[in-house]
Amino acid sequence: MFGSVRALLSAAADKPLWQAVLEEDCHDRDAASGASMTRMAQLWQAMKQSVLDYDPAHRSPSGLSGGQGAQMEALSNSLCGPFLQEVMSTALKVGEHSACMGRIVAAPTAGACGVLPAVLIPLQRQDQLSDEDMVKHLYVAAGFGQVIAARASISGAEGGCQAEVGSASGMAAAALAAARGGTPKQMAAACAMALQNVMGLVCDPVAGLVEAPCVKRNVMGAVNALSCTDMALAGLDGGIPCDEVIDAMGTVGRALPSSLRGTGGGGLAATPTGQRIANSR
Amino acid sequence: MNIFDIMGPVMVGPSSVHTAGAVRMGLVGRKLLGFQPARANIALHSSFAAAGAGHGADKAIVAGLLAMKPDDPDIPRSFQLAEESRLSVQFQNADLQDAPPNTVVMTLIGERGRIVVVTATSIGDGRIWINSIDGMHVSFTADIPTLVIRLEDRPGIVSAASSCLVQHGVNIEGFQHYRHRRNDLAQGDISVMVIESLQPIEQQVMDDLMLLPGVVRNIYLDQEEG
Repeated sequence: MFGSVRALLSAAADKPLWQAVLEEDCHDRDAASGASMTRMAQLWQAMKQSVLDYDPAHRSPSGLSGGQGAQMEALSNSLCGPFLQEVMSTALKVGEHSACMGRIVAAPTAGACGVLPAVLIPLQRQDQLSDEDMVKHLYVAAGFGQVIAARASISGAEGGCQAEVGSASGMAAAALAAARGGTPKQMAAACAMALQNVMGLVCDPVAGLVEAPCVKRNVMGAVNALSCTDMALAGLDGGIPCDEVIDAMGTVGRALPSSLRGTGGGGLAATPTGQRIANSR
Repeated sequence: MNIFDIMGPVMVGPSSVHTAGAVRMGLVGRKLLGFQPARANIALHSSFAAAGAGHGADKAIVAGLLAMKPDDPDIPRSFQLAEESRLSVQFQNADLQDAPPNTVVMTLIGERGRIVVVTATSIGDGRIWINSIDGMHVSFTADIPTLVIRLEDRPGIVSAASSCLVQHGVNIEGFQHYRHRRNDLAQGDISVMVIESLQPIEQQVMDDLMLLPGVVRNIYLDQEEG
């Protein structure tokens, strides 16, 4: 496995980055490349299915989630335009589907499951990309995600929301850059900027449930990824190399008090209304 | 972590700790009993009790007891399905003292009275640790094919079991042996052997292990798909 984005980029010097990730996976798990790709293709199908399975009538056991993805979709004349509106409603749908005990793909976690489908599914439709292409982009996302997990964390309980939705956002930004024909360097820049933008974001679920603010933070993670990809494709970068950004995110995560790492004891969970919701359950 | 620890698993939401991990705890508990329990008493510790219900942890554990996997869309209906298949489940909150967060104690009872008590902890990413079986300390994840062997403890049993595995060409990844001293000296010690392998273990190996002196019960936890 790749211990750094620098190593990932150097492995991709003479081949597409997705292929470098695939080859490394085959090496790590002693697997055939066909089997690895079949498995990734199943994840892609399951992601698409999670959007189709969304039922606006379903409510989560707590009553905090449900129906909002459809509500977002129904907004006429969205300020953000039709593409972003689809991204936002897709993120809400998948997040809510998960909260309502629907089947989703943890990517990298269940709490952040809305981010990757929210950007990749509308992009596939808009750019008319094949499923084979989308599977390759998932390898790119996984490659960056693996480095983030190795150097920092992908868990809100360990590193705050920056590590959970933030990691998903960074992975999505890299995958989007790949999908739009960006270079590996631009993928790394997109990932780095996405992580920079959420540095320090805390994990503060109301009543300890992966619902509020988690579902809407998936929307933020998706939109953040899109804007960072466009910035990277325009030639911008965040000034700090991706590996250093990841390390900083890990350090910040370890410095967060436990009340801001998913215990339901701080941030929005500790507000009077958050407490009221927790106590009424 | 390999890339499929990052991407995936496919699971029923909302929480890898409270839902996916909880299904696996029920599933492994069922396998340790050997069949579907008729009765189950589930004690939930700390955050499992607090946030668990909102995340469907109770439904998830029952789903696992019914042999569902973490991606089974029927998980939310598990209470109803349990009733239909005559599995009666009771839940209680428990203060398990120094246990890590997200720990449960499952007391599973078969139709004819066979009983197993399993303590397990959900550690995130849909992964679990099995901490004790029938009060005996153990430590394994069931992520890879795992044999759990109950023994009346006798000298030489560890080497007998391992040479049996070697004969069958089983590549041992982890080998643990936990002895439990009984108060009654005349009874001798009982112990649990936990053997992990990267390859599936054949039925013939299981059968041969059962022939070793002192082996009481032999449970094989195969690797789940995906």
